Amino acid sequence: MSAVAEQKTAPHPETAAAPAGAGRWRRLAGPQNRNVWFWVFVGPFALGLLVFTYVPLGWSVYLSFFDAHNTVSPTEFVGLDNYTALLREEAFTDSLWTFAVFTAFIVPTTFVLSLSLALMVNRLRRAQAFFRSVFFLPAACSYVVAALIWKMSLFNGVRFGLANTVLGWFGAEQTAWLSTTDPPWYWLVIVTVRLWLQAGFYMILFLAALQRISPALYEAAAVDGARPGWQVLRHITLPQLRATSVAVVLLLVINAFQAFDEFYNLLSDARGYPPYARPPLVYLYYTALGQGQNLGYGSAGAVLLALIIAVVTVGQARWFGLGRKED
Amino acid sequence: MTISRRRMLATGTALGLLTACGSNTGREDGGSGKGPKLSHWYHQYGEAGTEEAVKRYAADYEKADVRVQWRPGNYDEQTAAALLTTSGPDVFEANGPTLDQIRGGQVLDLTEQLGDAKDDFNPVVLKPKTYEGRIWAVPQVVDMQLLYYRKSLLSEAGVRPPRTLDELVDAAKELTGKKTKGLFLGNDGGAGVLGGTPLNAAGLSLVTDDGKVGFDDPAAARALSKLRALYAAKSLLLGAPSDWSDPSAFVQGLTAMQWSGLWALPAVQKALGDDFGVLPFPADGPGGKAAVPVGAYGAAVSARARDKAAAKAYVKWLWVESTDHQRDFALSYGFHIPARLSLAKKADTLTKGPAADAVRYSTDHGNAEPLLWTPASRVAYQDALSRIIKSGADPERELKKVVRKVSAELARTRKKSA
Repeated sequence: MSAVAEQKTAPHPETAAAPAGAGRWRRLAGPQNRNVWFWVFVGPFALGLLVFTYVPLGWSVYLSFFDAHNTVSPTEFVGLDNYTALLREEAFTDSLWTFAVFTAFIVPTTFVLSLSLALMVNRLRRAQAFFRSVFFLPAACSYVVAALIWKMSLFNGVRFGLANTVLGWFGAEQTAWLSTTDPPWYWLVIVTVRLWLQAGFYMILFLAALQRISPALYEAAAVDGARPGWQVLRHITLPQLRATSVAVVLLLVINAFQAFDEFYNLLSDARGYPPYARPPLVYLYYTALGQGQNLGYGSAGAVLLALIIAVVTVGQARWFGLGRKED
Repeated sequence: MTISRRRMLATGTALGLLTACGSNTGREDGGSGKGPKLSHWYHQYGEAGTEEAVKRYAADYEKADVRVQWRPGNYDEQTAAALLTTSGPDVFEANGPTLDQIRGGQVLDLTEQLGDAKDDFNPVVLKPKTYEGRIWAVPQVVDMQLLYYRKSLLSEAGVRPPRTLDELVDAAKELTGKKTKGLFLGNDGGAGVLGGTPLNAAGLSLVTDDGKVGFDDPAAARALSKLRALYAAKSLLLGAPSDWSDPSAFVQGLTAMQWSGLWALPAVQKALGDDFGVLPFPADGPGGKAAVPVGAYGAAVSARARDKAAAKAYVKWLWVESTDHQRDFALSYGFHIPARLSLAKKADTLTKGPAADAVRYSTDHGNAEPLLWTPASRVAYQDALSRIIKSGADPERELKKVVRKVSAELARTRKKSA
């Protein structure tokens, strides 16, 4: 018999001598205490995730079944009442609608704008780094700061706001951009601030992807007689950008779902928020936080919103075949 | 024993995590041995010197070690969240407390602390601090809002200070020119700041004394449709860089009339001298009467205060007994009316000019937002008002929806107290 086989069958001298508990501990600890170190390093973060994310999430679901005015340890179980009240509340369904329209508009617009910027910057022979930085720079600005600049200097409603000054040269009357509901000029302000902030970031993603496309493909296309311009864009560039495009659309949709900062900072005042352009997060902020601490109702809204986001994201991932191997 | 590098790192990380979990509630640190420690929260006042003043009052108190926290930002949200935990304040200033804070047992009953001094407090502002006969906060100072108008601009346009809502609509239209608008009611056209004031001016109320909806009446729709008329005639200043609470738009001549707070009076006086006057919100209709909204921040005690008796005793000392501190607080920093009637009578700065008019309006025409007017009701009403003013929605139909919503909300508040 070889030495190796003998070692396998004979009990290890150390294990045999030590009590059974130590053996179990050794097995749990894994070779070279790997399991121990795994938990030492992952544990704190897993714990943080549990305490700061999963517990509040579960608590929120729990609260949504109770009448929880000004308390997080409610006693009055109300079943689905919060949910039915929410779905019957016009303000909430309106906010969902607002949010759908906003997403349907902002996602394609940002996509097209950042792709065109990337295509243009990519073709530059000189000063490419300069333009890349210039377009990317707004991404470093905070939503709050940008919203305040838009509200107070570019689109304020008086004669010395930038937009009104420019229009004034052509003899137009001053417009109160954020207060006019007919036509809804406030959308112009909301959409432009978001475009300004976001387009540069997605341009960088597209630019990186564009630079990864092999020049051989373009050469081959030229040899095959493809006309530069639309045909090459349609049949070479866009298909090569597929993976990036999917990622960009997903990120844009998630960002649109999280819309809060610029809406809140542009349209709210000390006395609340107007009943238009009010995304669900802003609506819930006013019902569940602030003075109206209707935490059960607010939680029901948060749960519904989470469900909607989950369904949309999963649907989108299926539709785009996210995670499927590129062919 | 030698310490391995790994153990060293692990211990270090663990310690770091532990120490990162501290928090400062204003209670723990220091201690000068003056008895129990109390934390007292104030919202950030704009007027210079207020913070030093309240810290001075706290230091003057002998029986407890009071730590003042001066909290900028969304104060109502902060206190609402802090009251859910034990790490909140012991004593806090509140623009309420709200009905649900009282009903939820989050604040303590201060009726006994007020004692006989109760009758010396301005009854209009004391009422919203009272629920089922008990008092839940001690009013600190009275704030009010009113209409500022520029005398020179009005006489230039040949308009007299408006006495009725119809006159206001006409005056605003007359005063609107290429560079100046007639009236500024806030950047949202008035839906936020006016609240129930137009209803009060029409002789109605938000909630009646017996807890019913106070504006289920055709006069309500009539008054609100006049706000729409102001907006539709483009007489309103909208989109000003600073909102109604700041007199900048009025002082800079962007508008001939502005709705703002009493606190703005010193700034207006400084900029315009005698060239301005103040008015209440003008009356509307046969049953109407002029109206100004009044309100008061009150000192309340959290039900989670560690030493409840000490916290109550401190509130009693500062906001009931120390009338000299109260006078200093109301009159030395910015412009407020003392909540105590005896102090308001003695205030020299409030006896002449527009300030005297303002004080008179607050006693003759003052309306405080009722305690039963909950945030849910307010949001419903404000949404409707905004739709009426800006989108030209039918006032009667919008109000009908609000009445339904508010009735449900009032029924909820009756349900549990019964």
